[in-house]
Amino acid sequence: MIPAATLPHPPLVFGPLSPELVLVGAGLLVMLIDALRPGNTGRFLASLTFAGIVAAGIAAALLWNWHGPTLVLGGMIAADRYSVFFRLVILVVAAIAVVLSQHYLERSGEYRGEYYALLLFATAGMTLITASADLIMVFLALEILSLSLYLMTGFSFRRLASAEAAMKYFLLGAFSSAFFLFGLALAYGATGTTNLAGIATRLLFTLAPTQPRGVLLPSPALALVAAAFLGIGFAFKVSVVPFHMWTPDAYQGAPTPVTAFMSAGTKVAAFAAFLRVYTVAFGPLTNDWRPILVVLAALTMVVGSVLAIAQRDVKRMLAYSSVAHAGFILTAVAAGTAEGVRDAMFYLAVYAVTIVAAFGIVMLVSVRGERNLSLDDYRGLARRSPFLGGGLAVLLLSMAGIPPTSGFVAKVAVFSAAVRAGFWPLVLVAVLASVVAAFFYLRLIVVMYMREPEVAAAPAGETVLTRLAVGLPVAATVLLGVLPGVLFDVLAHPSVLPLGGFGFGL
Amino acid sequence: MIALVPLFPLAAAAILLSTGRRWRGASAGWLASFAVAASFAVALAELSSLLSKAAPARHVITTLYRWVAVGGFSVDISFRADPLSSVMTLVVSGVGLLIFVYAIGYMRGDPRFPRFFAHMSLFVFFMLVLVTAENFLLLYVGWEGVGLCSYLLIGFWFERPSAAAAAKKAFVVTRIGDTAFLLGILLIWAKVHSLDFEVVFHQAPALAGGTVTAIALLLLGGAVGKSAQLPLSTWLPDAMEGPTPVSALIHAATMVTAGVYLVVRAHAIYAATSAGTEAVALVGLITALYGGLSAIAQDDIKRALAYSTMSQIGFMFFGAGIGAPSLAIFLLVTHAIYKALLFMGAGSVIHGLHDEQDMMKMGGMRRAMPLTGVLWIAGAWAISGIPPFAGFFSKDEIISAASLSGHTVMWGFALVGAVLTAVYAWRATFMTFFGETRVEREPHESPAVMTGPMTLLAIGALLAGLLGLKATGGVLVRFLQPVVGLPPQAGQGLSESGLTVISTVLALVGFVVAWFVYGSGRFDWVALRVRLAGLKRAGMSAFYLDDVYATVIGGPAKLAAAFTAFAIDLRIIDGIVTWMARGVGMAAVYGRRVQSGLVRTYALVFLVGVVGVLWYVAVKI
Repeated sequence: MIPAATLPHPPLVFGPLSPELVLVGAGLLVMLIDALRPGNTGRFLASLTFAGIVAAGIAAALLWNWHGPTLVLGGMIAADRYSVFFRLVILVVAAIAVVLSQHYLERSGEYRGEYYALLLFATAGMTLITASADLIMVFLALEILSLSLYLMTGFSFRRLASAEAAMKYFLLGAFSSAFFLFGLALAYGATGTTNLAGIATRLLFTLAPTQPRGVLLPSPALALVAAAFLGIGFAFKVSVVPFHMWTPDAYQGAPTPVTAFMSAGTKVAAFAAFLRVYTVAFGPLTNDWRPILVVLAALTMVVGSVLAIAQRDVKRMLAYSSVAHAGFILTAVAAGTAEGVRDAMFYLAVYAVTIVAAFGIVMLVSVRGERNLSLDDYRGLARRSPFLGGGLAVLLLSMAGIPPTSGFVAKVAVFSAAVRAGFWPLVLVAVLASVVAAFFYLRLIVVMYMREPEVAAAPAGETVLTRLAVGLPVAATVLLGVLPGVLFDVLAHPSVLPLGGFGFGL
Repeated sequence: MIALVPLFPLAAAAILLSTGRRWRGASAGWLASFAVAASFAVALAELSSLLSKAAPARHVITTLYRWVAVGGFSVDISFRADPLSSVMTLVVSGVGLLIFVYAIGYMRGDPRFPRFFAHMSLFVFFMLVLVTAENFLLLYVGWEGVGLCSYLLIGFWFERPSAAAAAKKAFVVTRIGDTAFLLGILLIWAKVHSLDFEVVFHQAPALAGGTVTAIALLLLGGAVGKSAQLPLSTWLPDAMEGPTPVSALIHAATMVTAGVYLVVRAHAIYAATSAGTEAVALVGLITALYGGLSAIAQDDIKRALAYSTMSQIGFMFFGAGIGAPSLAIFLLVTHAIYKALLFMGAGSVIHGLHDEQDMMKMGGMRRAMPLTGVLWIAGAWAISGIPPFAGFFSKDEIISAASLSGHTVMWGFALVGAVLTAVYAWRATFMTFFGETRVEREPHESPAVMTGPMTLLAIGALLAGLLGLKATGGVLVRFLQPVVGLPPQAGQGLSESGLTVISTVLALVGFVVAWFVYGSGRFDWVALRVRLAGLKRAGMSAFYLDDVYATVIGGPAKLAAAFTAFAIDLRIIDGIVTWMARGVGMAAVYGRRVQSGLVRTYALVFLVGVVGVLWYVAVKI
């Protein structure tokens, strides 16, 4: 019998996991209260959810100056500023989503108690994935957020489009999860570990062969296949062409606040993991995976931008726009440099805030449920509601990358990272795609400002809270466009790079 | 602390722009005035804090924020407190405050009263940024900002086509200079890799001679545009379409002198290039004479003052060009005071005569408006350089400095300019306030809210000369010494007292000539106008400069524009774009067919992607 003292026992440091613990705790509390007090209006649970997200945000912010060990819980969780940055972005998105959801569910009469618990669990999955330092943990977090989002997508199940969207999202999601899992297994087979930093160390070991005898030789070829399969899993989540087919259907079918939440949150979370896995674990293979990302980025930008033109439904148009944006972000990832990572982080923060507010305004224009979604319903919106019209115009200009908005700065940063990495043909494609994309953004602005409304539609009836929820992002869009240094200064510090990437933190 | 100075007017502008309609009556004007007063108070505090330091230590740089950092290019939002910026902030906020209070009376009853003060506050904000900026880019922001506000305020009564046209003209003409300025900034960046004043001025002497001259001339181009010097002078007289307080604040006291500030601020650059300084002096001197001659021929009281401003700023450039930047600033300060006073006086007359600006329809106004008359005369004494008023100390010192620094020929022409100044100032005085009345409607004296600020300015016009009194060693000049050095001292040419006597006598000659022709009643000046009609017309139109520009530049430019618009743009460029847009549209229509809505199609596309990726990996391995 082995004495207990010799059992390997990883030290249990839960500090770096505190935001997730808070979120999951709040989620359980919401479920409990809902079970004990059925038939409540949801306002209380929404405030509770909001408080949980704020508390998680505080917990995440406190981690910014974490002085404990950098890898905790047996190397599963990284306590770095990279994860704190993304967690804060996701939590901001989630907080806005709570306000939007409460407004939507109350008006459409579709409120059921489990909604906020699902939202909290999805948020927990999203924040967890940003801190995952092991492929197992990445997969786990990916599934937590995906399962919650499948349910949320189909939350209005009486509406056929919603149920259909959830079904498609789920089937294709399962398909991509299989690929991801396959890649995980191959990575383990190639290197003998699932730890991200561990994979990198072993790969470096092989590429510079000074190994002692008796060590299992990792295989770079197999590792590249693993990287390809893991990449496909991420590409699905962030809607990279040709793995994007679910996006328009799911975004259009899901209840608008859910679309707002997942278009911003999923993309940020999955890109955070994508960047971490590729730059940390497969950093030694950077030159091998770059070309494929370049091709995918170009494809994504062109297909997303061109197909958005043909859309008459505003939600669907924004969905294609979000595909195109995945391509722009991928441009920075493809650069494979520390600068590229920083610029992708900037872009993601800017994009998340912009898209969540844009869908928020779409939701407010709908007034109740899923109405007024056609381009024609936006005629003269700026005159009917200068606040919604003006706010959406600013957000659209930002998405089109027109100064003085944050989208312009983000695009410049991403493009310059790619140019410096030598990918100027990719940037050429990106610029052309931006020109195409500008068309449908500006078309919507033209419709809002220069077309007469067909009927004097009812006022949007937004409340102070929803006004804040979409107004603050609009303000942030302009602020970051004029003073981008606010965010770039934060990102300039070397410790915001993922732990173990670019030689940092090892 | 210096960074606080521009903040108050910005806040006032933001409040008035967002909630303008809620401010009833004159309250918007008092809010804006209060904000400018707060800026003035902070500027005073800054001055006392500077004075408490030893002279060489009187410069404080406050960096608020790293504004842009792209690659190797970085610019901060940083402000500079030193004697020069301190003097400029005091002038802008001090004179600005009096003009704001005056404007409350002048603009009363205007339907866009709050908007007027919103734009005025925004102007003061940008002007304060301009004079406190610590780098060229921030200065340029202020520079463009005041240009924008100038545009908005010249065209404030945009219902009048002439006002809208004048606003556009001011914007376009100054834009030519601004482009030169921007090129200069880019050249500085290319050669020095910094836009901070500290760095640029420190390295300026080490640059190649041709580079420094190019930078100096490009900056001068910007200054010439903003300060309405030849050859970009034509916008200023038309700018008088704006409300009179605008003319007083923007087109007399502050914005138009920004060019002088720029040249003085960058004097380290000019000190490194004799060609640059000669160009500044020459531009200034020629404009001083040109403006003076044109001013004598004007009948519109505000246009006369506009040409006078052009001429006075010419003297400032002249001062900066002959190596006396501190004297240029001295003239800038005194000119801000007395020219604001003269504009307010003109505004008061115009107000009293129900928007009549033609001096031919005035005359004898001192009887109907005694207080305005007295205050105007104080301003006229000051501008004509007759002791003991301010202009005597400031302008004549520049003229003396020309002789002391060995510019004897230029000194001779500058003396002619001094005579012209006295002639046009007193011509306007006699035509407006003395002699037989030619008014068509009964005039009335202006309210206290207008005459009050004018009284304060008149006292300033009397006292500001003390700043340059030789007996006290020239307080202002000594204060500015750490920034721009001392003006030329006695040594060459005539003695200083001799020079003073000469210019004073000439100023008195100008006064006597004006009095004999327009004030004595012994001379039929109306007949003179008819006899010299050709000369009169030439002077009235400022020697046909506008017509020359319209023919030589405007005509060919319009032809070329028509050609590019209808031949090149419409047919070729637009044709390509249309063709490409159609292609993209077709691609979109066909592309969306793949999105069939069937999960099996989606999975198939997904699988195609997987095969593609794996194909790449297989080739790679």
